[in-house]
Amino acid sequence: MAHGPAKGIGRWLFTTNHKDIGTLYLWFSFAMFLLGGFFAMVIRAELFQPGMQLIRPEFFNQMTTMHGVIMVFGAIMPAFVGLANWMIPLMIGAPDMALPRMNNLSFWILPFAFLTLASTLFMEGGAPNFGWTFYAPLSTKYAPESVNYFIFSMHIMGASSIMGSINIIATIMNMRAPGMTYMKMPLFVWTWLITAFLLVAVMPVLAGAVTMMLMDINFGTSFFDAAGGGDPVLFQHIFWFFGHPEVYIIILPAFGVVSAIIPAFSRKPLFGYASMVYATAAIAFLSFIVWAHHMFTVGMPIAGELYFMYATMLIAVPTGVKVFNWITTMYKGALTFETPMLFSIAFVILFTFGGFTGLMLSVAAADIQYHDSYFVVAHFHYVMVAGAVFSGTAAVYYWLPKWCGKMYNETMGQVQFWIAFVGFNITFMPQHFLGLAGMPRRYADYGLQFADWNMVSSIGAFMYGAAQLLFLYNVIATIRNGKPVSDNKVWEGAEGLEWEVPTPAPYHTFATPPQIK
Amino acid sequence: MSASRSHKKVVTKLSLWAVGMFGFALFVMPPLYDLFCEITGIGIRPAERYEAAPAIVDYSREVSVTFAATNNEQMPWRFEPIDSKVVVHPGERYEVKFYAKNLTDQDMIGQAIPGLVPFSASDYFHKTECFCFNSQPLAAGEEIEMALVFIVDPELPRSIKSLVMSYTLFDITPAAADTVAQLQ
Repeated sequence: MAHGPAKGIGRWLFTTNHKDIGTLYLWFSFAMFLLGGFFAMVIRAELFQPGMQLIRPEFFNQMTTMHGVIMVFGAIMPAFVGLANWMIPLMIGAPDMALPRMNNLSFWILPFAFLTLASTLFMEGGAPNFGWTFYAPLSTKYAPESVNYFIFSMHIMGASSIMGSINIIATIMNMRAPGMTYMKMPLFVWTWLITAFLLVAVMPVLAGAVTMMLMDINFGTSFFDAAGGGDPVLFQHIFWFFGHPEVYIIILPAFGVVSAIIPAFSRKPLFGYASMVYATAAIAFLSFIVWAHHMFTVGMPIAGELYFMYATMLIAVPTGVKVFNWITTMYKGALTFETPMLFSIAFVILFTFGGFTGLMLSVAAADIQYHDSYFVVAHFHYVMVAGAVFSGTAAVYYWLPKWCGKMYNETMGQVQFWIAFVGFNITFMPQHFLGLAGMPRRYADYGLQFADWNMVSSIGAFMYGAAQLLFLYNVIATIRNGKPVSDNKVWEGAEGLEWEVPTPAPYHTFATPPQIK
Repeated sequence: MSASRSHKKVVTKLSLWAVGMFGFALFVMPPLYDLFCEITGIGIRPAERYEAAPAIVDYSREVSVTFAATNNEQMPWRFEPIDSKVVVHPGERYEVKFYAKNLTDQDMIGQAIPGLVPFSASDYFHKTECFCFNSQPLAAGEEIEMALVFIVDPELPRSIKSLVMSYTLFDITPAAADTVAQLQ
């Protein structure tokens, strides 16, 4: 068994190797990222000028829905699962994931889920058009026929995520190298452990929500139908009970990535390791008790509004601890600014900015004004894109030389960074202004007073989109003919077990576990 | 190997937890939400009949009760309150009427769902008789006057001087008559 990979397509179809599966996840998520990004380009192209130019409003609604669903469930989540597959066994000195066959299954059902979802675009009545939050009754009574396919693909994605998380938890709990106590684990492993617990807790709730939709649509129940004694607001509560932990599921692994990269390029150990672990756990706990801050306008009792407002503001405390630790890690460090570090620093700045707008939104009284405006769109893109996507990009640049034994083109990486950074801010900064001025989200058209900033935003979006193509080119060029690296430690400041295996990482690593002092 | 045994343990526990959370979403959250709404008086709830107890009428103050009738989207009936506003003394029993007419040429079944503003008054507005307790079948072109008998509780906080009782009429013809029974 100690041979290399099998030949041909069978290697990928039947693989149980954590590195192969990690690679599959990463490529799949990048493909989904491009697809979801293409939908975003369609949206921004339509919004380039007021009035209807390119597509019909019905199709616009399908685009916003598909963009959101694909980016969240198809791009960001699988990207971090891919990183987890690749890096967790290497970081804890394990030979593979705990349940390699289940690992294969949890990847290979994903393409079918997204094929099902994407096929709805070609169906009569069109793709789902009710936003990524699929509020009932829009997604039940008034949904297109294709909603059943949407529900089915949600179920498959959920199953995949749950299996993946169980695998990650089993790996971390049972397969750490001798001497690696919990408090010696790299922070990326810690954040993933907590993320996996969140996933096991809330993905079934999402499955429950779509199951209730399915029954309301097809089997005559009235969970969300007021005429039958149900309540559409119940849907929002269930959705956000899943949805709020979900946004931390997306961002916690990003925290882990940045906590690995910033010390490496500051040439200092991470400041406040223990407080990072506790802060992550605190954020995860808080994520379960703040969900209704997404629904301040549904007509909650004042006590409820106040509770959800204060609880939400509390999240700023552990998050502030993290930001403080990253900055303190850099303080008086011997900093160099390679591409992964640039993306990580941009992450810290832009994520903090997105956190502050989140704090503004958490004020219940003010949220009534901001609710469902472009201000919200700008806020969550600052935390999702500049948070999750930037850190994912940083992770790929940071670990790519270890994965394939070749160095990427640093100049091209930095050029990509600057295009992405500038493009991102040109896209989303103006959306704050639009939102504060009253432009609502999820409309195919807008009033003339919003025209200029929308055009600016669209130009930025095309820039940001172009940067991703450059990223793809850089990665492919590196794999095909990058400059070979042979040092185990690709980055001189990098710490951790993954840098002790040869470069490129052999197909099988840590067949005998390393000793941790 | 002991590793595979401890894997089995972790997997079993986590799978049970996942199944439990699915059950929680499906079977616990909806009733919990209904309970929460009942306690706080918010949201849409099935109407409840109040058994009138002899109460002292509080002639010292007046509360205005406004009635609103709304058709849910695609409900083609004519539906409106005959008395759109009454001024009542807490503790006294009043009867008002609503008018409904099926304007279509098909037999239909409607169901009115009540909602009271402000929420905090929900516990003090008692219905002893209401058309919203039952679904309302109307033949094509048929019209009806429907009664609502209510008492405003004398315990109603003094700060509340006006109430709005609103009914939304839903078309439940396709949902078939058998689910209607559960509504009561």
